Amino acid sequence: MVKYCHYFINLKKVSIINHQQLKKAEFKAGCKAAIPLIIGAIPFGILFGTLAPSSGLSVWATMAMSLFVFAGSAQFIVLALIAVQAPLEIILLTTFVVNLRHLLYATALVPHVSHLPIALRTLLAFGLTDETFANMSQRYQPNSPLGNDHQFAHFFYLGSMFSFYMTWSSATALGLVLGNIIPDMTSWGLEFAMSVTFIGMVVPYLNTKAMFSAMLCAAMASLYFAYLPNKLGLIVSALVGVAAGLLVVHFQKMSINQGERV
Amino acid sequence: MNEFWLIFGMFVITFGIRFVMFAFAGKITFPVWMQQSLKFVPPAVLTAIIVPAVVMPFGDMDFSFSNVYLLAAIISVVISLVTKSLLKTIFFGMLVFLLLKFLIA
Repeated sequence: MVKYCHYFINLKKVSIINHQQLKKAEFKAGCKAAIPLIIGAIPFGILFGTLAPSSGLSVWATMAMSLFVFAGSAQFIVLALIAVQAPLEIILLTTFVVNLRHLLYATALVPHVSHLPIALRTLLAFGLTDETFANMSQRYQPNSPLGNDHQFAHFFYLGSMFSFYMTWSSATALGLVLGNIIPDMTSWGLEFAMSVTFIGMVVPYLNTKAMFSAMLCAAMASLYFAYLPNKLGLIVSALVGVAAGLLVVHFQKMSINQGERV
Repeated sequence: MNEFWLIFGMFVITFGIRFVMFAFAGKITFPVWMQQSLKFVPPAVLTAIIVPAVVMPFGDMDFSFSNVYLLAAIISVVISLVTKSLLKTIFFGMLVFLLLKFLIA
């Protein structure tokens, strides 16, 4: 009996060690999977840190935004709004609209995290960026090099979000330092840096008729509503664009249905 | 503007959106039309920021050739379509902008 007990304890020890190794392997793989995305994000973190003070944000608020909000595109959009002195309510409303896409990411990941304790889910939710979502979608593919056992896949998630968080905050800090060394960037017309960044981000979306219509309508509406008070034109034009996109999707479905009938 | 409320508000909103589904762990689902419309939000918002910024850089609409912001933006769109790379678009777009600014202004 004692002998068997001993054997059982040993077995348990072995499985604990294996679990530790698996967790480490998942964490490391998560860090590694984030590398290509990190390389892409470093220039943006630096750019954010460089542009923020010239948009009127203090050094500590710039750093706090990267540390606590941790949402790249929303941070840039907010800078653009601060630069034109938009009121706080509009800035927060825009943050809400811009970050709504994370609801989609969270919905897709829920089946994989719902069994985890709430404290861990809270931490994972904080790190749910576009990049970590992209990493996790890869991890849950059937051809993932780590296999189809997702028992410790949340360590992959932690690895990806941890390395991304470290990069984003360090790059912001570096940008703040660089911006201090090269003063008064606005006089060079560097506010165009923000516009060209956004152009590079939206052009790849131009691949369907619905998306093209959404963006064309948003563009026209943004000029038509440019003089609305409190920069409300931004939200109104975005809604016009979304409505246009939905309409095109609707008409496309209708014509497909008619085609089937004929 | 009070920067504390700015950061605090942005944190609550961003974290709230990311957390709500994880907190209720699958007890909420979205209608299809809402999932479809979320897809259009980021490009629509970004477009609505870019267009006024480059068409009216100093507050009034300017469709002339002396508006280097608009010219550089149009060239940047072409650069983006050709290179299909975000970093190359930023680099060459910025270069075009500074050159045009130097030549025209």
